Amino acid sequence: MISKKEKRIRLLLSIAGLVIFFGVWEMAVQMGFISSRILSPPSKVVSAFIQKLTDTKPEGATLITHFLMSFKLALSAFLAAVIIGVPLGLFMGQYKAFDRFLTPIFEIIRPIPPIAWIPIVILVAGIGMSGKVFIIFVAAFVPCVINSYLGIKLTSPVLVNVARTFGASDWQIFTKVCIPSSLNMVFTGVRNALGASWSTLVAAEMLASTGGLGYMIQMGRQLIRPDIILVGMLTIGCTGALLSWLLGLLEKKVAPWRYR
Amino acid sequence: MSENKVEVRNLTKKFGDLLVLNNASFSIKNGEFVCLVGPTGCGKTTFLNLLVKLLEPTSGEILIDGEPADPKKHNISFVFQEPSAFPWLTVEENIRSGLELKHMSAGVIKERTEEILNMLGLEKVRKSYPHELSASTEQRIVIGRSFALHPDLLLMDEPYAAMDIKVRYFLEDEVIRLWKATGSTVIFITHNIEEAVYLAERCLVMSPKPTTIKSEISIDLPRPRDISSPEFIRLREEITDMIKWW
Repeated sequence: MISKKEKRIRLLLSIAGLVIFFGVWEMAVQMGFISSRILSPPSKVVSAFIQKLTDTKPEGATLITHFLMSFKLALSAFLAAVIIGVPLGLFMGQYKAFDRFLTPIFEIIRPIPPIAWIPIVILVAGIGMSGKVFIIFVAAFVPCVINSYLGIKLTSPVLVNVARTFGASDWQIFTKVCIPSSLNMVFTGVRNALGASWSTLVAAEMLASTGGLGYMIQMGRQLIRPDIILVGMLTIGCTGALLSWLLGLLEKKVAPWRYR
Repeated sequence: MSENKVEVRNLTKKFGDLLVLNNASFSIKNGEFVCLVGPTGCGKTTFLNLLVKLLEPTSGEILIDGEPADPKKHNISFVFQEPSAFPWLTVEENIRSGLELKHMSAGVIKERTEEILNMLGLEKVRKSYPHELSASTEQRIVIGRSFALHPDLLLMDEPYAAMDIKVRYFLEDEVIRLWKATGSTVIFITHNIEEAVYLAERCLVMSPKPTTIKSEISIDLPRPRDISSPEFIRLREEITDMIKWW
């Protein structure tokens, strides 16, 4: 166990890191090392953030509207990827027929970066919601499948043999041994998928849209408003960190043995 | 029911042209504790995997209670050399796991689990996960999990090979207690001859590859056994001479 004092020191270090990062940035702009036309200082970003909460100028919507658009988009694509990708990866890992049937297709799709899908998606699905969901889905789907697959493949053969000598059926071995043993890998995959879906979001929204954080960032560039660009970037960053933390809490609930 | 619990007849295993196990036959009485000893690399693991049906023999048969051995039908249990507690289950859940896989009734599961936890003195750590405990405790959990089934046949593959000598004596006494309490039939593999003489009612001595059963020795010493008694030492030396290949 870590002592209270140790905990306080760790917290202080984390806060110090953030303070120094933003402090150096603020000073660099205030003292004129970097032109404030190119990079806004954090103080300006904060005031832009507060202003954007209610103000629709200059690009036409409040930060909250942009955020909700993006959040719904990224979350629905991410959830779809987890719901389809994780079971698929688990089955591919466990059952040879699945593996043989799907792995070749998967191996071809896997190296294609999600943004390379954009042109074909625009042609097929247009620039609406479904096209963007698809691109983010692809980005999140790949790590879900790979990690679930590997999680099953890395199950200790000794543990499988233990269950087999107990007379377990193949299905029992899959559900009672292979799946629990792969859970940590699955969670790592889901976490990567979350990161991938957030980072692909901006790319998907830049392809053509009328709202969302990616759109806001893009407009900030056109209007030469670095403060708005940074508000968009930091909103994505903070939300990503928050979601990742929530996922960590969920993992501790579902797979507690690794954390004791 | 015949007196013999386990009957191994002319068991032979080939991997391609390599003859690993050659026509091994022996039988084990109900509730007997048998040690298999042999030189390293004599195909013990193959032999065990055949006994629990992880491998199919090239020829020959294994009968339990007169029927071909089948993990789905018979209560077979295997304690592997490697640590094999399920890391995602607590001590208590690990001990329950075998019974649950066998779909035993809730009452039996509870009773057996408590019995084993009690005998192993693991009640205090029942909610802990294996990785929070020592390696020897993990092995004790695994052994408890196996005995909880009251197995028809329990195979133990050098379960204490990685333990230091002091812990070993303690664990060896413990395994004898569990064996007596559950009335299980045990095949215990070891290359440690002293351990074999300490534990076994009967020792089967295996030859180098292609493996066969070379001879068998009954050990009729009172328990707990005194490893420095002349009779103990004589038996130990007799077996050592048999497996000397140098």
